[in-house]
Amino acid sequence: MAKTHVTMKVNGAEVEGLVEPRTLLVHFIRENLQLTGTHVGCETTHCGACTVDLDGMSVKSCTVFAVQADGSEITTVEGMANPDGSLSALQEGFRMMHGLQCGFCTPGMIMRAHRLLQENPSPSEQDIRMGMSGNLCRCTGYQNIVRAIQYAAAKLNNVEFKEAAE
Amino acid sequence: MIPGPFSYHRPATLAGAVKLLADLGDDARPLAGGHSLVPMMKLRLATPTHLVDLHGVADLKGISRDGDTIVIGAMTTQHELLTSGDIRQSLPILQEAAALIADPQVRYLGTIGGNVANGDPGNDMPALMIVLGANFRLSGPGGEREVAASEFYQGAYFTALEPGEILTSISIPVPPAGHGYAYEKLKRKVGDYATAAAAVVLTMAGGKVATCAIGLTNLHETPLLATDAANAAIGSNLDAATLKQAASAAEAIMAPAADARGPVEYRKHVGGIMVMRALQRAAGRAA
Repeated sequence: MAKTHVTMKVNGAEVEGLVEPRTLLVHFIRENLQLTGTHVGCETTHCGACTVDLDGMSVKSCTVFAVQADGSEITTVEGMANPDGSLSALQEGFRMMHGLQCGFCTPGMIMRAHRLLQENPSPSEQDIRMGMSGNLCRCTGYQNIVRAIQYAAAKLNNVEFKEAAE
Repeated sequence: MIPGPFSYHRPATLAGAVKLLADLGDDARPLAGGHSLVPMMKLRLATPTHLVDLHGVADLKGISRDGDTIVIGAMTTQHELLTSGDIRQSLPILQEAAALIADPQVRYLGTIGGNVANGDPGNDMPALMIVLGANFRLSGPGGEREVAASEFYQGAYFTALEPGEILTSISIPVPPAGHGYAYEKLKRKVGDYATAAAAVVLTMAGGKVATCAIGLTNLHETPLLATDAANAAIGSNLDAATLKQAASAAEAIMAPAADARGPVEYRKHVGGIMVMRALQRAAGRAA
């Protein structure tokens, strides 16, 4: 099958590659670009581990062809740290609130939470739970993921993070 | 899970897309959001050898108001429906349903056109389209035509679309101000199709139901308009006996598949409950 030339901006850098039309975006990111932070989980559009930010949308990169993303702007978890390399508010939140155990779902969780907070900087707990409903975690029971996102929202809004009473 | 090989096309105009689909014939499929088609391709249950991506066709996008009609471009995403002020104001039932479709990531890409044109009995929008009296605009090699949503669905994955035709837009008459609406969907988890779902749009006058339409999702191989159930509700104040009567009338036309969502009896039973809940909630919202 003839290969197609694609160009994208990934984490601020112009990248290009030759792909078969059937190449999934997640495989282009992991194999061509060697950015393996984006995980392949269920491969069936359910789990959200492969979530990346594509032109301001959270998408499951196992269900988008790389050719569809030609000309787009993508952020993966590798692009989430602050420019000086320190942890972003969301990454810090996941660390401080113990928002992960095995860590497999975390890149997708962080990428989805990033877009959620861009669209809704002060989400309620319900907003967070609904906004994160496309991402599965088999370890945490979600409580600490919700707290991690609340922590990040508070930090980005320059307000003190208060944990809800148990 | 890698799909079979295919050639990718990204036309910039509707005419270009129609011509490609006509020239390439049965081996080609249009690609909208891809969140029904791509999973099927990964399972090799769909093996198109050409994909015609409609994302480059600007004419298929957008929501506009034309008098008392809302026109929604087929490539409008569920996310765009959820964030549209026009939809919030005029067709809030679409937002209630869109929020129950799949999950946030899928809603950024999944389109209303794909949802209504795919013919999957599990899709949520078709029953709403029938309830709202929507018309679908189709474009194909033979030109353009309009088909009423109520005439569109012929069987599971079988619609009035002819080979080479594309759904381009959906026209929906704006329901009267003060109408009540509800979409009740029972599902096992976020992202699942409905075990049973019911859509209701009604108006009230003097405490009684004046007009009413009821649609059913995933309770038959096509979406259903539950006319007898709606007639049972009209003229009543939705007392307990009437609600039961409407549910029974709706159950009488249901023919769901037995699958992992439950046996036929269960799905019909909860289908009736969805009808009762949707009627009550819609009436509570009506002015």
